[in-house]
Amino acid sequence: MITIPYLTALTTYFSYGLLFAFGQLRDFFRKFIDWWKASNLQGYAPICLGLEDFYIRRLYLRIQDCFGRPISSPPDAWFDVVERVSNDNNKTLKRTTKISRCLNLGSYNYLGFAAADEYCTPRVTETLQRYSASTCSTRVEGGTTALHVELEQVVADFVGKPSAMVTGMGYVTNSAILPVLVRNGGLIISDSLNHNSIVNGARGSGSTIRVFQHNTPSHLERVLREQIAEGQPRTHRPWKKIIVVVEGIYSMEGELCKLPEIVSICKKYKAYVYLDEAHSIGAVGKTGRGVCELLGVDTADVDIMMGTFTKSFGSCGGYIAGSKELIQYLKYTCPAHLYATSISPPAAQQIISAIKVILGEDGSSRGAQKLAQIRENSNYFRSELQKMGFEVLGDNDSPVMPIMLYNPAKIPAFSRECLKQNVAVVTVAFPATPLLLARARICISAAHTREDMVKALEVISRVGDLVGIKYFPAEPKKPELEDGRKKVE
Amino acid sequence: MELSNDVVTSFMNSLKNASDWLTFAYDAPFARAVVFGVPIGGHLFVEGLLLVVILFLLSQKSYKPPKRPLTNKEIDELCDEWTPESLIPPITEEMEKEPPVLESAAGPHTVINGKEVVNFASANYLGLMGHEKLLESCTSSLEKYGVGSCGPRGFYGTIDVHLDCEARIAKFLGTPDSILYSYGLSTTFSAIPAFCKKGDIVIVDEGVHWGIQNGLYLSRSTIVYFKHNNMESLKNTLEKVTQDNKRAKKLRRYIVVESVYQNSGQVAPLDEIIRLKEKYLFRVLLDESNSFGVLGESGRGLTEHYKVPIDKVDIITAAMGHALASEGGFCTGSSRVVDHQRLSSSGYVFSASLPPYLASAAITAIDVIEANPKLLVKLRDNIKALCTGLSGIQGLEIASDILSPIVFLVLKKSTGSLKSDLQLLQDIADQVLKEHSVFVVPSKRSTLDKCNLPVGIRLFVSAAHTESDLQKAYESLKSVAASVFTGQN
Repeated sequence: MITIPYLTALTTYFSYGLLFAFGQLRDFFRKFIDWWKASNLQGYAPICLGLEDFYIRRLYLRIQDCFGRPISSPPDAWFDVVERVSNDNNKTLKRTTKISRCLNLGSYNYLGFAAADEYCTPRVTETLQRYSASTCSTRVEGGTTALHVELEQVVADFVGKPSAMVTGMGYVTNSAILPVLVRNGGLIISDSLNHNSIVNGARGSGSTIRVFQHNTPSHLERVLREQIAEGQPRTHRPWKKIIVVVEGIYSMEGELCKLPEIVSICKKYKAYVYLDEAHSIGAVGKTGRGVCELLGVDTADVDIMMGTFTKSFGSCGGYIAGSKELIQYLKYTCPAHLYATSISPPAAQQIISAIKVILGEDGSSRGAQKLAQIRENSNYFRSELQKMGFEVLGDNDSPVMPIMLYNPAKIPAFSRECLKQNVAVVTVAFPATPLLLARARICISAAHTREDMVKALEVISRVGDLVGIKYFPAEPKKPELEDGRKKVE
Repeated sequence: MELSNDVVTSFMNSLKNASDWLTFAYDAPFARAVVFGVPIGGHLFVEGLLLVVILFLLSQKSYKPPKRPLTNKEIDELCDEWTPESLIPPITEEMEKEPPVLESAAGPHTVINGKEVVNFASANYLGLMGHEKLLESCTSSLEKYGVGSCGPRGFYGTIDVHLDCEARIAKFLGTPDSILYSYGLSTTFSAIPAFCKKGDIVIVDEGVHWGIQNGLYLSRSTIVYFKHNNMESLKNTLEKVTQDNKRAKKLRRYIVVESVYQNSGQVAPLDEIIRLKEKYLFRVLLDESNSFGVLGESGRGLTEHYKVPIDKVDIITAAMGHALASEGGFCTGSSRVVDHQRLSSSGYVFSASLPPYLASAAITAIDVIEANPKLLVKLRDNIKALCTGLSGIQGLEIASDILSPIVFLVLKKSTGSLKSDLQLLQDIADQVLKEHSVFVVPSKRSTLDKCNLPVGIRLFVSAAHTESDLQKAYESLKSVAASVFTGQN
């Protein structure tokens, strides 16, 4: 867990308070000016009233240029960021024709499949010619091609489950599967920092939702015991079923889930486990099979495994893997399968080829190299950042590294300064994170070489000194002899 | 006599004694004292005593049965006793049915099980699937950008083709701006909760598809249904709702309709709806998935068909997986509407962006449509020819509008339950595929779907179908229907 230093908390609150006060002042004057001008709403209620979009208008728009930066090249290790200008103080931004070549520390490109790849791209183009860009039809109608069947088999084998089902978008997978599995009378217990798609899916299901403290198995046990003993709210009837939803790697913290303990607790209390491996499939584990492999959990113990292909496989789409009966049932009832267009064939081919490369079935050892590279890269980068005195979150082996910023003014400062020195980083603030805990999030890829990382570390260190985010004391460098020999006692 | 006299005398004596005592008490020295100018009479003693007793009673705690929380042992017992339902209900026979697998692109002719069939199951309305211009632009896009975009729109997932696509769509339709979503189904269920909040009133047709239903459920607003495509019912509902509610200033009110309903093939009378909307001050949200590129002289949709200026419709959403032979969706309207979604629409903010090759496919498709308005005429002729050919079919009747590219055949006499209807239609479709090599599909219903419209067989007509294809289709359907329905009449 993160504990803010006391002084930093005070200054952060003060900054937000100042921004809020200025925002209210400007709103007050805006009300006067608008009185004069006739409103063009003509009797309709406004889309956003008063304070509903206060945060967006007064706080977010000031630093809008740090978000949504367009690029004009594939999101590889180095990419071209398009510069934008604004004539009205950041309210609207226009693209210019100038581009700057920057180091990419923000895209989810864990295994380096983002740009054209020597094995995958020819096959993808061939599939495009054969099956065209889209099937224009749902899976149960004319949208199942031989490619889709092959894809589901390959994914099921890779993940370690009997069968799998693939949809065209990861977000929809969560939102459309949870309502089918649990209805009224069921209970969903989810981690407090779960992703928005899980929250939406849980809300859309109509069942009761309870939250347990982030990654704390003991609290989960307490919540389970309490809930089973009490039963449904008000009627106290026993619950129909209980599903516990956790993620493999939490994207804002970089932490791995404590899966072995959670699975053993769920087995003891007969709850079902739903694991969302959006960031961890393909990126962790000895052969890239995700958190289960890394932490030594048998895949038969996890009832439902879900994941997305956007991050490690350079494609799009999501999957659900489980027992044969589960997948058959889902294919019969899930709206994402019955009503939505099937996944685009070239994207499906990309996934199949990427999995083949990872498993080494393409005849080369590129897959194993990529996996080793990303592990090495993430560990090296994290340890170097920690040595410099930054506050970095996350566990070892996880390719996601948030660096704490806290203060709202440091967010645009860090982002803009890094961009000036040709390093593109991602900064995240409220509402994706709690108000006080703004951070910059670094995603390391297997495509980053050692030189890239050294340059990134230099730039980050310089900007960190300028902005003042080295909250921990830096480790002193070990003394070295002139020709680099280690000192021998 | 004397005894009674004695009793009476002794009684009188004791009474006299008591009254003597009382008088004594009254005459006690402090009894007549004057404190603070208020004469204290002896009765004040009694009152003082009474007050003390009252205070004593009030200060006693009221009786509550003691709270006894469950002991650990009791909770253990309850947990052991509790048995959850199984995760999925038992698999029935119909769940095991697999859809037919295509072995080539889902164009007007496709290959199933080695045989070439005429394909009426893909919503490829203008025949753009496999068009060489689209394939060319997709190939160059794939080679330049790779497959996936590896990030959400806010974090370096915005590629310049996305911005170009949004500008192109806006230019084509004549609106200020538009916003791209990465999946057709998620467009409606992300856009609706961004605008309809808790407490708002939404009036919606009862035949809308699952995406809209889910969006409305997630938005937690008050939902009122009106009869499918019935303007009288809409007028009455509007009348009723506006009568009850006078707080129009703060309450947002919406009407949600589809232009061509996926579940029935009816076309919504937009001019009537706009007239009603202006009278009662509601905003209109129109889903144009099946009419974009189909209706209107140049394919601009329902607004062009009814000659309504496009800025009268507040929000237009559409999925691009139909006429545009691509994937994804878009939403367009005034710039306020579009900008609002960039930060509050969950499917846009929290999900990876559309793969760039699909965005370039969409741009090329719009270019082709603008250059060849003849495709629309061909499509309309095809629909007319099919409908005339299918008139007089036994046991089934055409329920869709003559303008709709989905030709919807419902049973003249329903068998009574949804399941047996579906079974019958499925048998007809299978027979048509096996014996005559024409691929048609019955409509499917998910268990989560609340729509009650009848199911039927759907034929998606395309501008690429030739006369002989259409002839084959209606002749084979007629013969199969005759053989299936000869028993019952």
